[in-house]
Amino acid sequence: MPEAPPDGGGPTLHVENVDVTYGRALSALRSVSLTVPPATVVALLGANGAGKTTLLRAVSGTLRLHRGAVTAGRIRYGDTELDGKDPVAAVRTGVVQVPEGRRVFAGLSVDENLRSGGLGLGRRGRAQVQEARDRVFTLFPRLAERTHQQAGLLSGGEQQMLAIGRALMAAPRLLLLDEPSLGLAPQMVHRIAEVIREINEQGTAVLLVEQNAGMALSLASHAHVLEVGETRLSGPAGELARTDAVRRLYLGESAQDQGAA
Amino acid sequence: MTDLLDSLLGGLALGAVYALVALGFVVIFKASGVLNFAHGSLLLFGGYLVAVLHDDLGFAGALALAVVVTAALAGALDRFLLQRGGHDAHSAHVQTIVTIGIDIVLLTELARRIGGDLLTLGDPWGDAVTELGPVTVADSRLAAIAVSAVVITGVFALFRFTSWGLSLRAAAEDMEAAALMGVRLGRVRAGAWCLAGALAALAAVFLAAFPAPGLERTTGQIALNAFPAAILGGLASPTGALAGSLVIGLTEALVVGYQSELHVLGEGFGDVAPYAVMLLVLLVRPNGLFGAKGAARV
Repeated sequence: MPEAPPDGGGPTLHVENVDVTYGRALSALRSVSLTVPPATVVALLGANGAGKTTLLRAVSGTLRLHRGAVTAGRIRYGDTELDGKDPVAAVRTGVVQVPEGRRVFAGLSVDENLRSGGLGLGRRGRAQVQEARDRVFTLFPRLAERTHQQAGLLSGGEQQMLAIGRALMAAPRLLLLDEPSLGLAPQMVHRIAEVIREINEQGTAVLLVEQNAGMALSLASHAHVLEVGETRLSGPAGELARTDAVRRLYLGESAQDQGAA
Repeated sequence: MTDLLDSLLGGLALGAVYALVALGFVVIFKASGVLNFAHGSLLLFGGYLVAVLHDDLGFAGALALAVVVTAALAGALDRFLLQRGGHDAHSAHVQTIVTIGIDIVLLTELARRIGGDLLTLGDPWGDAVTELGPVTVADSRLAAIAVSAVVITGVFALFRFTSWGLSLRAAAEDMEAAALMGVRLGRVRAGAWCLAGALAALAAVFLAAFPAPGLERTTGQIALNAFPAAILGGLASPTGALAGSLVIGLTEALVVGYQSELHVLGEGFGDVAPYAVMLLVLLVRPNGLFGAKGAARV
């Protein structure tokens, strides 16, 4: 796989031959490898149950909450070992995950949700918080108008913006996005894609898990396809988008369409 | 009329003390999903420490130390015993059962030490009373109301304005999302247990003060009345615990105050009243007064 040029500086995420097992018995990932160079977008595609979320959990350190563990391989972000660490370690090194299904704190206000995004930084992060908040409000002006509203009362799209904004409060250098387009109207999916591009252009790397392969491949420089816990395909996003398997399985084109094209 | 005012003030004082207990109970549930059945024993433990320490340290010193030690004990029980089971909903059920075990061990030891004695806590109010217009109130009750009001306001400020409070509320809403934000679940939880322990030790002093005869081994059971208060308030809602405590305290005081008029219900209805009120409230509002669907943590 060709390395993308490290144009943004900062560490690279290396996932090397990682196995993940749940409850000591259920194997969810087998020998999966990928790299996310600084300031790039890498897409991770695959059907339900392929292990996409599991890979993000392994990086963000939340496997243990699901009784899972990395049983082989290693995960490094720059020089920092991330496998077997808790989520705080990931947040402190600059790796922050936006969970699938948004998961905003529904009973808390928009402002409190954003504050919660900075909790992992501890005291030394206080100075960054105001800066991060300005960045979030520039990206999502709609959140700035609703700071005192309960997050649970926002629309689905606004909640996704809040979930991303909350993660940005920790000033991540690598953002892990788990299905940000899930359950959103097409217009909103388009808006979210623009936001991801903008965040990336500001120098933040993105590991994007998506079922919406069209959107993901349009944003990413590289992509990987997972199938039942193993890497099926990987390569530059443009190349993958042209392969038959991806077109048929993830871009929703039938064999006839391909014949016509 | 005087009787009514008397009962209302007594009920307010009782409710204020229940609120200290119920608030701790609710904070523990909110933070860990565990129903702490050892809460009464923790309270008794705090009261016992004040009883044995006040001769040497004076009342204030004994109370301060008891609050700190009870907080530490509660925090340690959570951190080193309960948290080993994990943070998910399933382990919370197991941990709830474990608290029953903790309660039995703690209560047995304390009962052995206290025996049939009535321990005095050396509080500065003694049996002094204050005339407030037509009614006479025990100073200890006025102190209970004042101290509870200040402490509870402080606790609500903690929830609202500190990082710990925000972490606690975020984790109660969605544990995994909070973990992803870098919230240290274990520390936040143990902090909640410490707070609850401190509140319980403080409540013990007022439960044992005049007009109660002193601290006895059954004092912890009196605190049981704070459980219906927490439940009718909504179990995961601190505001609910406060409201529920006042309802229960007033009910109990009114039932006792008007016992002669209520004799058709038989004697000792005051003991049952908190639970009767809880059942009535739950019939109308199954999730409690402030419960909504947020209490679906169990």
